Amino acid sequence: MNVTGEHGASVRVETCGKTFVDGTRALEPATLDIARGETLVLLGPSGCGKTTMLRIIAGLELPDAGGKVLFDGKDMTSVPIEKRNVGMVFQSYALFPNMTVADNIGYGLKIRGVGKHERASRVAELVALTNITGLENRRITQLSGGQRQRVALARAVAIRPGILLLDEPLTALDAALRDRLRGELNRLLRALGITTIYVTHDQAEAMELGDRVVVMQKGVIAQIGTPREIYFEPNSRFVAEFIGAANIIEAPVENGQLLLPGGRQPIGGDANLTAALAMIRPETIGIVAAGSAPLSGTIDSVSFIGDRQRMIIGGASSKFITVDAPNTIKAKAGERVGLLIAPDAVRLLPPGN
Amino acid sequence: MRDRLIFAGQLLFTLTVAAFLVVPAILSISAGVTVNYFRGISSGVTLQWVFQVWDLYAGTILLSFVIAFATLAVTLLVGVPAAYALHTRGGRWSRIVEEVITLPIAIPGLAIALALILTYGGFGEFRRSWLFILVGHVIFTMPFMVRSVMAVFATVDIKTLDEGAASLGASPARRFLDVIVPNAVPGILAGALMVVTLSLGEFNLTWMLHTPSTKTLPIGLADSYASMRLEVASAYTLIFFIMIIPLLVAMQMFADRGQG
Amino acid sequence: MQYGVLTKGTVVFMSHKSFVWLCLLPLAVVTTAFFLLPMARLVVVGAEGPQGLAGYLAILTEPRYRATLINTILLATATTVVTLIIATIAGMFLQRHRFPGRAVLIAMLTFPLAFPGVVVGFLIILLAGRQGLIGDLSNRLFGEKIVFAYSIYGLFLGYLYFSIPRVILTIMAAVQKLDVGLEEAARSLGASPWAVQRDVVLPALGPAFVASGAIAFATAMGAFGTAFTLATNIDVLPMLIYTEFTLAANFATSAALSVGLGFIAWAILALARSFSGGTVAAAG
Repeated sequence: MNVTGEHGASVRVETCGKTFVDGTRALEPATLDIARGETLVLLGPSGCGKTTMLRIIAGLELPDAGGKVLFDGKDMTSVPIEKRNVGMVFQSYALFPNMTVADNIGYGLKIRGVGKHERASRVAELVALTNITGLENRRITQLSGGQRQRVALARAVAIRPGILLLDEPLTALDAALRDRLRGELNRLLRALGITTIYVTHDQAEAMELGDRVVVMQKGVIAQIGTPREIYFEPNSRFVAEFIGAANIIEAPVENGQLLLPGGRQPIGGDANLTAALAMIRPETIGIVAAGSAPLSGTIDSVSFIGDRQRMIIGGASSKFITVDAPNTIKAKAGERVGLLIAPDAVRLLPPGN
Repeated sequence: MRDRLIFAGQLLFTLTVAAFLVVPAILSISAGVTVNYFRGISSGVTLQWVFQVWDLYAGTILLSFVIAFATLAVTLLVGVPAAYALHTRGGRWSRIVEEVITLPIAIPGLAIALALILTYGGFGEFRRSWLFILVGHVIFTMPFMVRSVMAVFATVDIKTLDEGAASLGASPARRFLDVIVPNAVPGILAGALMVVTLSLGEFNLTWMLHTPSTKTLPIGLADSYASMRLEVASAYTLIFFIMIIPLLVAMQMFADRGQG
Repeated sequence: MQYGVLTKGTVVFMSHKSFVWLCLLPLAVVTTAFFLLPMARLVVVGAEGPQGLAGYLAILTEPRYRATLINTILLATATTVVTLIIATIAGMFLQRHRFPGRAVLIAMLTFPLAFPGVVVGFLIILLAGRQGLIGDLSNRLFGEKIVFAYSIYGLFLGYLYFSIPRVILTIMAAVQKLDVGLEEAARSLGASPWAVQRDVVLPALGPAFVASGAIAFATAMGAFGTAFTLATNIDVLPMLIYTEFTLAANFATSAALSVGLGFIAWAILALARSFSGGTVAAAG
């Protein structure tokens, strides 16, 4: 079944914050607009408020006074989850052990009064879609982690929800399975085209699955943007370090150049700058002969990863610099090398975190 | 060598303790089917005492079962939803409520019976019916049912299942029937076994609450110990064993399965 | 095609919160009507005697009552201590060794688990009463019939009888959870078997001792059926309460004593719970 185009409801979260009964402030008031058919990823370390945000959208938590949740412009704030027509995949999947796979998938339809025949055909549709043919009559306890994940997804999608909510759906699986299912999940979400809100702490998942990514930290939204924007133009040190590897360099600036122990590095930006907090991605640094670049350093160690080599360079900056070099370069620890960095590969960050 | 001595010593000790527990029970069983206890087994084996007990106490035994199953019905209807509510609400209040309903276990049955008599003794009809005993049994066994069900809720993460069903549109009542109760069955069964066993064997409360027309099996036992000949009392005890031991075995099997 | 938001079939949609309250309602009604109210009444009646509220202190001030209280406490303490010792030796032995017949032995030690006190009393009579086994044996061996079922020793034996199964089960469960690595570490450091028991095992079993000991104590304090069967003149609190109520019709005194007894039992269990941090229950 291949469905293209955008489906589902648009979502607006308006100044929603959440303070729990014991006083913990899980979420500062935040506003988010999610377009219909968009896949938005809420990304951040544990405790950042991403799951709280998801649960507010779902209707499992009420936002603090003044907060509103709107689906297609309609105020849903006081509507309980049973009536919101959302499809939710929980971190632990929440599959009903007392029902078979088929009964689980069909449960939402049964509640909506869908007839037996129609239910059966819809369940069959979803079983095929999520690649779990043959498991219809199994009990949940007989399924593997990956199979349960698919049943949970099938169950959520069966009811044709306006919004799909996924709470760390891949976190409970082991690393190899996670990588494989990530690609499958991505294809499925694209095929369905429903408005999707996806919570994860894994930045690889966020980058692969999200149309836009919302990076959160300690209950606050740190940055919203497409994966490219977040990666190349992080607006804070936290975002820069959370997404991918980053070299963060703090140094004085003179004449548009960073003054470093290992030399100078030209940067773009304001001519009046006297100090900067700079981020440079490891793959943007070129390893050249020692004299061929204004910045040089000594190789501290080389790790052959496979598709690249990770080199730790000392002496160029006050802290070690990580470089992802091509896997064909021959360089050894102790060698002095030059670091060639294009000025616009240096991203200037605001001071602080 | 020393280890073997220790082993042998401990084994002997344990056997002695086991004998202390088992021998009187065997004596009782054998006395119940012996023609004459004092002459011993040589006087012959007979079921006459058992039949005599049945003649005398059939009504009492029946009432015990009626009360036990009525107690079970009440604890199921009242206790299972309450366990769900307490588990869902959580927090300080639910702990306080749990404390309160567990008090009847700590407080001696005698005291509770006294309290009930002083409060409701004036309602003649109620006081004289078996419902009065039922009330006592319900108060005493309720915490076992509630705690048993709550224990299952904790292991099965019933909260997420509840949310899952809610996200699919099921109303609270619907979720309770489709998802909550079916997944609480092990706890409900364990609790049920416990409630029935406790009710059948309850004496402290029941002795104070009973009237000559509302006697339960343990009351009958006390009667027979006081006034009947040894063989009859033993036969009655034998009947009690036959009723209660299968239940205890079932409870033990349940507990083992729960741990394994 | 849209399955749409639910509009049909839900005539009365109750919010989750209301449903939860509804679930709690029957329990609240039953507990209030048949437990809280009566207990309150009991407390009130306890203060209606000639001494008024001071009647509550009678358990401590009146010599007769005090003697009974001390008697009961001593008996309960003795029961608890002896039961713990027996259960620990037997329980550790059973949990740590596997041998043919082990399951049978465990069954023999735990089958009296929920026996009512009356039955236990009867079994003690069979063992140590006028026609009891012990009397019979002692008669044949020594020419003298030893009968002690109807005394405090008989009662003590009866209390042991119903306490041992419960405590053994708890101890066995606790022993199962012990980390054998700790004992091995102690041995590697040179500790003798006795030192290992004293320094590693018994301290680790501490919470289990407290929990099961508290149950045994509270149960022994409030046990009625056993004493009732053995004789009506053994001097323990439950029997005193019973005679005051039924024979002397001293409602106030029996109520006050009941409240006192209930309070002591509850306090012991609450104390034990705060030490071992688990749910602790008594029965019978």
